[in-house]
Amino acid sequence: MPELGKYATEVASAYGVTFLLLVIVSIFYWQKSRIFKRRLLAVEMRKDA
Amino acid sequence: MIQVFRRDVVLSIRSGGGFGLALIFFLIVVVLVPFALGPDQSLLAKIGPGLLWLGALLACLLSLDRIFGMDYEDGTLDLLATSPLPLEGVYLAKSAAHWLTTGLPIALAAPVLGVLLNLNFYVSGVLCLSLLLGTPTLSLIGSFGATLTLGVKRGGLLLSLLVLPLYIPTLIFGALAVHAAALGHTFEGPLIFISAISLGAIAILPFFSAAALRINLS
Amino acid sequence: MSIQSGIKYFWSSFWQLANPKIFMGWSGLWLPWVIACTVICLSTGLIWGFFFTPDDVRQGSTVKIIYLHVPSALMAINGYFLIVVGSLFWLIRRQHVSVLAAKAAAPVGMTMTLIALATGAIWGQPMWGTYWVWDPRLTSFLILFLFYIGYLALWKAIEDEDKAADLTSVLALVGAVFAVLSRYAVLFWNQGLHQGTTVTIADGVNQENISSVFFQPLLLSMVGFGLLFFALLLVGTRTEVRARRLKVLEAFERAH
Repeated sequence: MPELGKYATEVASAYGVTFLLLVIVSIFYWQKSRIFKRRLLAVEMRKDA
Repeated sequence: MIQVFRRDVVLSIRSGGGFGLALIFFLIVVVLVPFALGPDQSLLAKIGPGLLWLGALLACLLSLDRIFGMDYEDGTLDLLATSPLPLEGVYLAKSAAHWLTTGLPIALAAPVLGVLLNLNFYVSGVLCLSLLLGTPTLSLIGSFGATLTLGVKRGGLLLSLLVLPLYIPTLIFGALAVHAAALGHTFEGPLIFISAISLGAIAILPFFSAAALRINLS
Repeated sequence: MSIQSGIKYFWSSFWQLANPKIFMGWSGLWLPWVIACTVICLSTGLIWGFFFTPDDVRQGSTVKIIYLHVPSALMAINGYFLIVVGSLFWLIRRQHVSVLAAKAAAPVGMTMTLIALATGAIWGQPMWGTYWVWDPRLTSFLILFLFYIGYLALWKAIEDEDKAADLTSVLALVGAVFAVLSRYAVLFWNQGLHQGTTVTIADGVNQENISSVFFQPLLLSMVGFGLLFFALLLVGTRTEVRARRLKVLEAFERAH
């Protein structure tokens, strides 16, 4: 861990907030992608059957 | 086009919405502010101009979804679309009617209400002028937003959300002009900007709005 | 291959991406690589910036926030730019993939705007003594945030997909005109606290504005944020294409 001096809270919270938001948005995209992939696959199977 | 304009004006007056509603809302804002902030004369004079502009803007927002809403629901808009009048003209006529029933009364009432907020005669004049030049833009942008949200049920909130960012330049320059006059600086610069935005809106927005109307009616 | 024919080849294959099938094949092929590059660039850039750069003389360790703030602000603006371009292509060429890409860019663009605002506020508290000032740049970003919300809300509100695509495109174009206008309007309104643009490529070479100790990891994290944006854009657009196809197939099923 580098020495952050008197601004440790600020720097840490900036990185924390950013990671949190990036992770949330990534999970949002990923989940949505998974849901539609599965639903489309199901419909395609029914169509081919 | 003139007939559409006349019809809209008459309708909004008869239905008791137009003239009264915006003006009364404006009056309520101005009357309530001293109660909220205290009767300090110098403070009121300082925030008065911006406040009157804000009140005008919110009063404008209030009646936006009526511009096209009713005509869309009862099919009048479909008739207008098949008439020889281009949709750009319909949009302009309706915006003008909206301005005449909200923007104009507010601009004329503002100097009178300015007295309540301790604005002097000179500043009130500039305020009236800036509102006269600026409120057409508010109506034009507002009706553009209304064309976008035509098909949306209960689109009022969405409409405000879409329109607010577009209102910001006008609000900034409008309030700036009056503030400059209150401080004794020259106020022509911001006024020229407001007029430029108004003219630009008249030039560009009809085409976008007519496109949005066509999409919604198709 | 000459340069001209190379450029020609690039554009012809670029427009082919407007075909959903070709787009799905191409994006599926590249997506893992883009994700891998994102992880590498972002982690290297941020770890380098966080652990192995010195503190600034005046700003202390808060200078480390720049590795988050500048890249996210950059991508927030580019995201809106991408929405405008995608909408324009849709209105002119009627290619679904372009407007679906615009739609997919909005949530991640909004997140980037939020990150830029949040990290800026956190940095502003010790440096300027306040979380928020009504400064032109900050205000513009707040307006940008409102635009993103409005754009997404309009997409959500309209049932018919093609109608929604048309109307949001019109909104994006008008919004772009007013975004430029707002940018200059707020400059008149308030001369700001925010420093001028710190980072341009030329500065990195000349080392006038920012020293290379900070610039190199910053550049890397800018590339990382860009790649992350691109990766999410690909994922999102693929989802939208699938959703579109799903809707068609379900309608077909109901009809039979």
